[in-house]
Amino acid sequence: MEQSRALPTEVDLSRPSAARVYDYFLGGAHNFEVDRQLAEQIAAMTPNLADTMRAGRAFLRRAVAELTRLGVDQYLDIGSGIPTVGNVHEVAQGINPQARIVYVDIDPVAVAHSRSILEDNPLTAVIQADVRDPAHILAEARDTGLLDFTKPVGVLLAGVVHFVPDSDEPDRLMATLRAAVPPGSYLVISHSTFEDQPQEMLDAQKLSARTATEITLRSKAQVSAFFGDFELLEPGIVHMPLWRPDSPGDVDDRPERFGAFGGVGRKPAAG
Amino acid sequence: MALSASEISTSGAQRYAGRWTHAVTRRAFVTMSGEQVEELLTAHAVRLAQALSAEEFSADPAREVGRALVEANLTEPDTLGWSLRALGEHLVDDVVPGLRLPDQATRLTELQAALAEGFALALRDRTFAQQERISRSAWEARNEAEQALRDSEARFRAVFSGAAIGIGIGDLTGQIVDVNQAFADMLGYSRDELREINVSNLFHAEDSPGIWELYEDLIEGKRDRVRIEKRYFRKDGSELWTDLAVTLIRHDDGRPRFTVAMVQDITERYALQQRLRFQALHDPLTGLPNRTLFFERLEAVLQDRQHDRRVGVCFLDLDGFKAINDTLGHDVGDKLLIVVARRLAEAVSSAGHLVARMGGDEFVILVADVDQDGTTVEVAESALRAVAEPVYIGANQLAVSASVGIVDRFVDDGTATDLMKAADTTLYWAKAEGGRGRWARYDPERAAREATSTALAAALPSALARDEFVVEYQPIVSLGNGGMRAVEALIRWQHPTLGLLSPDQFIGLAEETGLIIRLGQWVLERSCAEAGRWHKEFPRARLMVSVNLSARQVSDPEIVDQVAGALRNSGLPPDLLQLELTESAVMATGGEPVRALRRLASTGVRLAIDDFGTGYSNLAYLRQLPIHTLKLAGPFVDGMRAHDPASVVAERIVDALVRLAHALGLSVTAESVETPEQVERLTALGCDSGQGRHFGTPAAPSAITALLRSAEMPGS
Repeated sequence: MEQSRALPTEVDLSRPSAARVYDYFLGGAHNFEVDRQLAEQIAAMTPNLADTMRAGRAFLRRAVAELTRLGVDQYLDIGSGIPTVGNVHEVAQGINPQARIVYVDIDPVAVAHSRSILEDNPLTAVIQADVRDPAHILAEARDTGLLDFTKPVGVLLAGVVHFVPDSDEPDRLMATLRAAVPPGSYLVISHSTFEDQPQEMLDAQKLSARTATEITLRSKAQVSAFFGDFELLEPGIVHMPLWRPDSPGDVDDRPERFGAFGGVGRKPAAG
Repeated sequence: MALSASEISTSGAQRYAGRWTHAVTRRAFVTMSGEQVEELLTAHAVRLAQALSAEEFSADPAREVGRALVEANLTEPDTLGWSLRALGEHLVDDVVPGLRLPDQATRLTELQAALAEGFALALRDRTFAQQERISRSAWEARNEAEQALRDSEARFRAVFSGAAIGIGIGDLTGQIVDVNQAFADMLGYSRDELREINVSNLFHAEDSPGIWELYEDLIEGKRDRVRIEKRYFRKDGSELWTDLAVTLIRHDDGRPRFTVAMVQDITERYALQQRLRFQALHDPLTGLPNRTLFFERLEAVLQDRQHDRRVGVCFLDLDGFKAINDTLGHDVGDKLLIVVARRLAEAVSSAGHLVARMGGDEFVILVADVDQDGTTVEVAESALRAVAEPVYIGANQLAVSASVGIVDRFVDDGTATDLMKAADTTLYWAKAEGGRGRWARYDPERAAREATSTALAAALPSALARDEFVVEYQPIVSLGNGGMRAVEALIRWQHPTLGLLSPDQFIGLAEETGLIIRLGQWVLERSCAEAGRWHKEFPRARLMVSVNLSARQVSDPEIVDQVAGALRNSGLPPDLLQLELTESAVMATGGEPVRALRRLASTGVRLAIDDFGTGYSNLAYLRQLPIHTLKLAGPFVDGMRAHDPASVVAERIVDALVRLAHALGLSVTAESVETPEQVERLTALGCDSGQGRHFGTPAAPSAITALLRSAEMPGS
């Protein structure tokens, strides 16, 4: 099999991993000393960050639950990380036990971990691939046999597109993904932003360069462009907690403090 | 004392859980909605209240609640703190108000301890499990990556060691890092020996100069791959030809790192190519270079347009080779060619000249740089000497000679084709000089003349068809009375571009090509027709027309019929036609001309010998011929000049010739008479008639008609 983008051939445990740092922020123990050190450094600068990550996780949970209730029973979760808690398959299969999920991550440790967690779940699969290589992701996803690309698919990009710098043409890769799914499919994106953010949030972004990838903060307009002609579900692209909260009480008075937008779009019928 | 479950306040449990939910979800709002968390915590509040108020006390439910909190992912440290504090401070008031047990305080403490214990144990278990899982995942991932690396290495290793193609890896200093067995086998070294060697030691002394530069470009990163055909020395000193592809391997940042060479042994293919090339460029009989190779070299010399450089070519052809082939057989002929080829090679190859066989018995020698290599003539002469040595083939001793055409010119003076055409022409000259073992040197002026002649010869037939020829007439005057007795018909060619050409410019060509027969007949008919008209108009003048016949016309069996036909057609009396023949035509050995002369004479025409005294006349023979007139060649008359002591001799010769002619009953016409003095002397010597500028140059028929008319005028 041809791999147009080289995947890591070495597993360097002396460097922190974004997936394990994320896990730590979510209260998991799937992490090592280097990951925790970096997480603490980031947390020291931006006390909100752990909340941001939980909020991101919660947004994903609400979005998947919503889509599953709308009838979507297959998901492509790109940049799934280490599925500590509140995983897509748990949420989706909790509503529809036949829901099928393909997880994608570039981190070989995250992939190995996901496989061990999902060993006994025949309706899930994990593939190692780079988000910047959508053609490869789509080919591998088809090869799993779990997803039927003639029927609506939920494509999830939770907290991952901001790892793709402009030089890697995120617009193009989003267009490829949008084109690969049939009408009625959904695109879920959460993405860090500089809009409405205090300086320390922007500084923290620079620290993220110490994990494998730097974060590129983008405006609402830029995030909106990633949806192309997909029709945004209400309430559109908003700070994450504002996207269909479970109850009004779940939203605190400063939803922008989480520093990321969330949105869900639906592919319109052709023509 | 026992309490029933109904004493537990449902609304109180909800109030308690509401505060609890608010406290924990501030930090751990993750997997469930707030509603779900509150529902869960309400159940936990009820369980804790039940445990507290149970008749028989057990702290186990609190332990399970602690564990359940962890399982619900409510693991933040302050979750535990809040839970414990609320248990002690609010559980009774909120959920079981009014509960007063004697050991109530102890029971609460027990429950707090058990909840903390359950929480801690569950968290510890979970952490252990997660740590173990992530470690195992990391190990697996690393293992997989390493396995993939090992697999890839093993695959590479298998390719490297098992490849039939030679593979070598070198560092940037040229030091060989590793080679596979195939490479080592090709070069005849062991792999260990090669690993001690620098690639520069493997460069062949005769590698083309560009190869080093290509290699330098490669290791400097200026190019990524190089593919060439290259020679190596094997360990035993023998030569190995390879198809070599060298690829540069770079560091991640682009800096050159290694070179990888792929080597294929093409020695056999190369040898075959060389053999095929040799065969394509050499003559199979003699082994000499063939014309293809010769032209290749010649072109190369001509390409190298150095100022003032001269190139020479000797084009050599054996004399009489066809006769040897015909009499002794082709086998002997071939052997002779082999000997000649070897001798030529020995004679001139040592000096660096290329000897090639052009085909048949033609050889050619290329003197690439005349100024450096001695003159081309010297080369030709040494070639002729080499060929001239007797050749022994079986029982035959053959005396062989050759002719050589030499061309020697500046390199920028025309193409190879021009040069060889010149050589061919010059060889023809050498042959035409009639000798064996001669050489001739190219003369551009002669060639130009010949080229003009050739062009004229080619144009002759169409000129005749287009009526481009005219006849002029020159008076022949009686020295006795000064009257015009005859006119000589002289042909002219009114050439469309070259103007009026005299006979000496084209008659020779017409004789060579055979066109002289038709041309001569045309002149004969045209002259007779003209003379016939004159005779009709001026019968008393009895003007004779004198027409030249070439030797070929004389020997033509048709000539008598042609003459008779011309007389018949024109009505000219035979005795008014004189035919001029050259001495050589008359004196030619063999009976046919004499018979032809007799038959011509029998028609009644007069015969004259033209240019008498310039050929080899057999005077005795002259007597037997039916000749009427001798025309004394111009030089005799030219010699008769006033105040010239030599003119005495000339006069005596003319005197003798006139006497001789008269003795034989022949009349004499002097040619080239130019002065009155000459007329006077010739008259004194008894010469019968004269022709020349003194009496009039060749003129158009109308001028002759005018002369005849004025002669008839009364009183003239």
